[in-house]
Amino acid sequence: MSNPESAVVSSHPLVKGEVGPGCAKVDPIVIADHVTRQFGGLKAVDVDHLEIPRGQITALIGPNGAGKTTMFNLLTGFDKPNTGTWEFDGTSLAGVPAFKVARAGMVRTFQLTKSLGRLSVLQNMLLGATGQKGEKLFASLFKGIWRKQEEENTARADELLARFKLDAKREDYAASLSGGQRKLLEMARALMSNPRLIMLDEPMAGVNPALTQSLLGHIKNLKSDGTTVLFVEHDMHMVTHISDWVVVMAEGRVVAEGPPETVMKDPAVIDAYLGAHHDEDLGDLMEDGPNPVLEAERKAHEAHPEAGESGYGEEKS
Amino acid sequence: MDWGNIFGNAVGEIISPTTAAYALAAIGLGIHFGYTGLLNFGQAAFLLIGAYAFAIPTLAGAPLIVAILCAIVCSVIFAFILGIPTLRLRADYLAIVTIAAAEVVRYIVTTTGLTDFTGAANGLSGFKGTFAAINPIPEGTYGFGPFVYNQYDWWVRIVGWVLVALASVLVWLLMRSPWGRVVKGIREDEDAVRSLGKNVYAYKMQALIIGGGLGSIAGIIFILPRAVQPANYTTGLTFFIWTIMLLGGAATIFGPIVGSMIFWVVLSLTQGILYGAIESGALSFVSTTQAGQIRFILVGVALMLLVIFRPQGIFGNKKELSFSV
Repeated sequence: MSNPESAVVSSHPLVKGEVGPGCAKVDPIVIADHVTRQFGGLKAVDVDHLEIPRGQITALIGPNGAGKTTMFNLLTGFDKPNTGTWEFDGTSLAGVPAFKVARAGMVRTFQLTKSLGRLSVLQNMLLGATGQKGEKLFASLFKGIWRKQEEENTARADELLARFKLDAKREDYAASLSGGQRKLLEMARALMSNPRLIMLDEPMAGVNPALTQSLLGHIKNLKSDGTTVLFVEHDMHMVTHISDWVVVMAEGRVVAEGPPETVMKDPAVIDAYLGAHHDEDLGDLMEDGPNPVLEAERKAHEAHPEAGESGYGEEKS
Repeated sequence: MDWGNIFGNAVGEIISPTTAAYALAAIGLGIHFGYTGLLNFGQAAFLLIGAYAFAIPTLAGAPLIVAILCAIVCSVIFAFILGIPTLRLRADYLAIVTIAAAEVVRYIVTTTGLTDFTGAANGLSGFKGTFAAINPIPEGTYGFGPFVYNQYDWWVRIVGWVLVALASVLVWLLMRSPWGRVVKGIREDEDAVRSLGKNVYAYKMQALIIGGGLGSIAGIIFILPRAVQPANYTTGLTFFIWTIMLLGGAATIFGPIVGSMIFWVVLSLTQGILYGAIESGALSFVSTTQAGQIRFILVGVALMLLVIFRPQGIFGNKKELSFSV
């Protein structure tokens, strides 16, 4: 960080040409061009060009309100852009409804987990399978048509549940799972369709450290199975740990790209996203200037002087 | 009070064609709300459309099968009209549109400009001929105890309850299948189902059509023992069907049937007891007209108690379907 210039690499095996925001990849699975989405006066997403490398784990990071989730929603058809085109594996998916995007092999999860509470864990899983004959209205009436396929899907679901250590919960309602287990279930359910690209929106949010480790393991396994992963995450350490490529967004734009070791040192990233104190503890910042925590404590003390002061505020003031 | 008569009437309600019609309508509403999560507050409109689309062609001389097909086709068209603009939106919008559309169709059939077709406020009658003509039961009176009816009344009851049974089998077949899994998923969270590659809009439309179609068949059964009266198709009818569905359990096979039976038996019992009490002078401060209204106050109170204390209904699994959308 002391010498940011040296941190910027000019080439990388995943990249065609020079590394930088919007650089072309050797083997991209998603190519997006001029994607913009406006909410009133705010341009939530304004991405000129973005390519996601195939078969790699790509992290999409950025401060709150950077447009990461909006970008996810646009790419997966859950939101409509004002302008822009993008293709997935050579087919244009711009303006394609969400369910067709999923059928094309680009499956997403949600920041706020959407487990189907009053269906059992197994039913949740089976819902993830694509091309089910029994999901057609008339065929559904005749069990003979879909029984065999259902058995195959159930076997696959059981296999995935065992891998995600949810097999003991197979018959339970999804509503009875813990927050972390729901994240696992959502990921496992998305995998039922054998997606070529899985897009995880904050897979680690609200998950305890032990479960985070197993989630990280699962994400790495996805890569070894040949699935491309794109995920949104806030935790820097996690991003560094598992991603092959990092895309940084701020105020709707892609401000930097690169391998995790170097992208964190990019001055644009440090300015736009991490701020000047990203690797320091909040408590250590107090000498440098106004500290919101202490400010609040001071105000509270002024308002209620009779209440005992907190040890934290007293020690420093 | 003539207790024998009161109980006789009440027990007779168990197999009455009206009970069958309400059960059928509640099975349709169960597909909408219980399984798919669609807030349909206009089920009365489907009954109305079934009734008029059956009666008008019959009176014009159409054979029975044509009249029935006409009722079904009209309800499918109506479901499309309701669903196309609203099923892409949140559930609340369907609720508003259905309740309004039900009133719109009721006002349409009541307008005097259409008297030649709909009979306006007088409704329609004299359409039972084609249905009675295929009755295989020889003329006469049959039955035992409180269940003594003539050949036509038995014919309506048999056809009504066979249709209820067929509808229940249809719902059972649908809901055990992957199709049923998708619509139940939509009830839980339609965005999640969409993200798994299912055409949520198409499934909601299919559910709306099937439930509405059952509603229109219920409408035919409902008018076979009586005349078509536009005043029967107020929002009150919709809420009785809701009460029946919630009473039995929204996402259950037998819930709507048993709910309908209990609903009508209780209504008949309270009517009998109140009227009996008034006639014998035990209740001097209400008239028989007021007593008729009191019954429906009781229905409202029962619905409230039900939603508060047993939201899953009689057959429902509390864990699976508590009263939330």
